[in-house]
Amino acid sequence: MSAHGQVVGSAKRSRRAKDLGFRLLLLACIGLSILLLGMLLLDVVGDGAGHLNADFISSFTSISADKAGVQAALWGTIWLMAVCALFIVPVGVATAIYLEEYADSERWYNRLIEVNIQNLAAVPSVVYGILGLAFLVRGPLALGSTILAGGLTLGLLVLPVVIIAGREAIRAVPPSIREGSLALGATQWQTIRRQVLPAAVPGIATGVILALSRAIGETAPLIVVGAATVIAFNPSGLDSDFTALPIQIYDWISRASNDVNNYKPLAAAAILLLMIILVLMNSVAIWLRNRYEQKW
Amino acid sequence: MERVTDPVDIRARREPAAPIPEVVAKRRAERQRPKAVFDLRDVQVSYGVKPAVRGVSFDMGRNEITALIGPSGCGKSTLIRCLNRMNDLIPAARVEGKVLYHDQDLYAPAVDAVEVRKRIGMVFQKPNPFPKSIYDNIAFGPRVLGMKGGMDEIVERALTHAALWDEVKDRLKANAFGLSGGQQQRLCIARCLAVEPDVILMDEPCSALDPISTGKIEDLMIELKREYSIVIVTHNMQQAARVSDRTAFFTVAPQGDPDGASGNDPTHRSGVLVEVDETEKIFTNPSDARTEAYVTGKVG
Repeated sequence: MSAHGQVVGSAKRSRRAKDLGFRLLLLACIGLSILLLGMLLLDVVGDGAGHLNADFISSFTSISADKAGVQAALWGTIWLMAVCALFIVPVGVATAIYLEEYADSERWYNRLIEVNIQNLAAVPSVVYGILGLAFLVRGPLALGSTILAGGLTLGLLVLPVVIIAGREAIRAVPPSIREGSLALGATQWQTIRRQVLPAAVPGIATGVILALSRAIGETAPLIVVGAATVIAFNPSGLDSDFTALPIQIYDWISRASNDVNNYKPLAAAAILLLMIILVLMNSVAIWLRNRYEQKW
Repeated sequence: MERVTDPVDIRARREPAAPIPEVVAKRRAERQRPKAVFDLRDVQVSYGVKPAVRGVSFDMGRNEITALIGPSGCGKSTLIRCLNRMNDLIPAARVEGKVLYHDQDLYAPAVDAVEVRKRIGMVFQKPNPFPKSIYDNIAFGPRVLGMKGGMDEIVERALTHAALWDEVKDRLKANAFGLSGGQQQRLCIARCLAVEPDVILMDEPCSALDPISTGKIEDLMIELKREYSIVIVTHNMQQAARVSDRTAFFTVAPQGDPDGASGNDPTHRSGVLVEVDETEKIFTNPSDARTEAYVTGKVG
């Protein structure tokens, strides 16, 4: 009995040790990434928190670092996000509905669309910038370096994200709901419009917000499209020149700074502002999901 | 439409003096049975190249409850779903033969599946209320069909009809997901009644319910057959015996064996109709040995 027990006991001990070791390894990985993030955050807060005040938000950028602020960039970003949202919501949702509800996935052209959308989600953002420059700013549409061109470029960039999130939300509505609706004599469109879409709205809205929070931090495509760096006025319309928070940050960081005119803390403060906006947007997304998500 | 290979019929045919048995049987059937609401003629439903059920010919009477019974995989659910063209939703599904509804071919090119489903309602295996209020669940059908008249009355009438009104009249605005399973299923029946169909198809409507809820739904079905024709698929033979007027027994048979009477090749099996008759006869004195084995619990 005792010999038997010992054999079993020692085997158990080594397995337990492995289990514990693996757990520690995973913890260490998480710890390292959180530590790095935390250090970055602390550094930014230390540099920028002092500058993040009402004056900073209400002032335009300036040749004197003391007087510089982010008003034009903040409004530029808000305009860009509005244009981007107005573009991606209808186009993205319509595409998601088509692919989930109408497309016969056996057809080669539907499969081609699907594969392309998945690939487009992984294309580097600067490529979208070049597309925007060639197609929207110059080329066929010739919109110039305007809010409209910038917003649409960002929209193209995050459109695959919205489509994929929209499809998942639509797919999460159980087939039994569609069957129940169709069995009452509703048409396919009535079923989609009155049953599937309302049930999928929380998921779609979450996807849209997450897409916008990706778009809001994008710098490369806006630089390529030709966002201005020094602008002392707010956008006045779709055809207005613009700058945006990431562009402003990029500009301040790349400027030559000295003890008298130090732009680095301004960049840190703008980074903090951008992160606060991001956290707010993501919180809304999480709240939407928890509050309205349908449990089936 | 009795089974053609009924041994009694064959014997009768050999007696020259007797009146032609088909004619007698037909006259008797016409006298006793209400006019058919569905008439199936050599119906075969396939998914891709594989038939799920084949060679089905029989009719279902108006203001009757017709039960479809048989072991799993015999195609009874597939068959009931082709009566209101729900199988259209599956791209690979194909229906051959004729499905006549009041003498009109449901699969004729000019027939619109949406119109068919307006007339032929369906209640599903698992209660599937919409994620809306009780009121809106009922009102959805009449609204999309553009039905005129006071919606409040339509809702009250449908819920009363489905024996649910008294339980929910104080919380019509509450979400339907808060109802019990049995109440949800009666809500689905009420939803179906609200669009004033002619036929109600029920695909194992009680399989997810407890015995008390099941009893309520069975009572309801018997109540409803005065105004509606009902077709029910059920795994529960007692249920078929309790509620139905006529019962059709299906089984799984190998391909190329129209009666399904011989051996069991598992590769090409599909559902076939064994016999259809008065429910009492099916359960007490069936014509086919396989029916007897199934209803007495020897197989299946």
